[in-house]
Amino acid sequence: MKRKLSIKQLVNKTTESGNNNIAGYLFILPWIFGFIAFMVIPMFMSLYFSFTDYEMVSSANWIGLKNYIKIITNDSTFWNSIKITFFYTFVSVPLRLSFALLLAVLFNQKRKFVGLYRTIFYIPSIIGGSVAVAVMWRQLFGVEGALNSLLGMVGMQSRIGWIGGPKTALWTLIILAAWQFGSPMLIFLAGLKQIPNSLYEAAVIDGSNWWQKFTKITLPMLSPVIFFNFVMQTISGFMMFTQAYIITEGGPFDRTLVYALYLFRKAFSYYEMGYASALAWILLIVVAAITLIIFKTAPRWVYYESKGEF
Amino acid sequence: MKKTKKMYSSILYHSLILIIGFCMFYPVLWLIASSFKGEGQIFRNAHSLIPRNFNLGNYVQGWKGFGDVGFDVFFKNSFIITISATFGQVLSSALVAFGFARIKFAGKKVLFALMISTMLLPRQVIMLPQYIMFSQLGWINTFKPLILPAFFARAFFVFLVFQFIQGIPKELDEAAKIDGCNIFGIFFRIILPNIKPALITSFIFSFYWTWQDFFGPLLYIQSTDKYPVSLALKLFSDPSTVTNWGAMFSMSVLSLVPVFILFIIFQRYLVEGISTTGMKG
Repeated sequence: MKRKLSIKQLVNKTTESGNNNIAGYLFILPWIFGFIAFMVIPMFMSLYFSFTDYEMVSSANWIGLKNYIKIITNDSTFWNSIKITFFYTFVSVPLRLSFALLLAVLFNQKRKFVGLYRTIFYIPSIIGGSVAVAVMWRQLFGVEGALNSLLGMVGMQSRIGWIGGPKTALWTLIILAAWQFGSPMLIFLAGLKQIPNSLYEAAVIDGSNWWQKFTKITLPMLSPVIFFNFVMQTISGFMMFTQAYIITEGGPFDRTLVYALYLFRKAFSYYEMGYASALAWILLIVVAAITLIIFKTAPRWVYYESKGEF
Repeated sequence: MKKTKKMYSSILYHSLILIIGFCMFYPVLWLIASSFKGEGQIFRNAHSLIPRNFNLGNYVQGWKGFGDVGFDVFFKNSFIITISATFGQVLSSALVAFGFARIKFAGKKVLFALMISTMLLPRQVIMLPQYIMFSQLGWINTFKPLILPAFFARAFFVFLVFQFIQGIPKELDEAAKIDGCNIFGIFFRIILPNIKPALITSFIFSFYWTWQDFFGPLLYIQSTDKYPVSLALKLFSDPSTVTNWGAMFSMSVLSLVPVFILFIIFQRYLVEGISTTGMKG
């Protein structure tokens, strides 16, 4: 009894500065443990492997920068996958965000059924990442798929295999990405609600039309939200894997071999763990650099009304 | 005059939404329709949304699965993985969020920033060493790599719950303290009941992400009888088998049923949850 009491006292004890260190660390302990065990240690391991020729079956030999040098100077597949991933990300993200913004503006009006529309239009986002949808996409755009059948109906006979066509394959993945616009749409909607109505009223008095209202009020006021969405979506764009793995399998002729898929192949088809680790670190550096660039450009186009206490 | 103009704009508005909506939902409707079509019908008039006769044969065929492992096993595996991982993720994230939101301790700001930054870390960087670690622990071909890491909080959910706790007045904590509540009492009696919406939002997202996760099982699960649904669906289109499209569509539809049910029950929490995470970032 006495001992139990003392533990309780210990946990609830605060230092002179008002800190309660023991209780604080006790509560965040799950995260600290997970962070060290599943992130920090693996990251160091991966950094070490990237300087070795580790191949799962053999032991790891230190080879210095050889992996990195080979990737940069002598791996055309790497450069191909970088090119494809950049194209995929920087086409699909703006497409998805503009679609999300368009619908958010449409749904930010006081009309009947708007609440229902908002909910229903969010559905593709919740199922878009699933294998079921990936499998469906494959058939939709296949040679005998629904798209060709639809085109045939309106008199445009088409025997194109959209999935297998070198020019069209990547676009089927981009369309799938744009289709999942639900989350940014909801975030935009929340942002639109925060814009004070008085601004629009003032603009009407000044004789502005809807386009001027949109570009002079909506876009600047929404820019912090656009920024947030852009950063998050860009990062996840670089990570795209499942869709390319299932729908196009990286083909045809590596035209949809996105970075994550190439890395996966190196690691789990060829078991070149050292080489794949170096690829992973290059990805980390590229993503970090892009995030940094986006943040650096932020002051030019992101408008903050007041400095929050973040 | 003004009234008719308003009516026209209303008709225009709703027709525009309906057209966009139809294009968007066409693929989903098509998937459902195809799952009821007989084998011959799937590719003849492939675009049609109305199967000639409702044919449940695909569902019967698909449910049988592969070899002697049926979809009852795949669904059971998916539920075991998803429910345990989701439980762990929500509980641990709530604990951590409370620690960050309500307790003052040394180094809090740095740790919080560190945690937020992990949201930007590409999964690929830690995937290989994690695989090596788990294989040395003998966890390959078990559910452990898919469940256990979930018990150590996830930054996204910590942030979501954190935001929510911030909105609960601190006076409640103070009052409870005066009444003799210690820090655990405050968490369990004051905070937990008040953050239900955030917990539900986290639960749904965690459920969705685990249920639909393909990459994790692809890495760690090898034998068919341990496959979750997501991996099993991929088996339909493996080069080694002749694809049974009808069966594949029908099981794809079934795999989305739990997702839709949760969505119908909890859509309000989802929509609100998403909105708040994005706004205060």
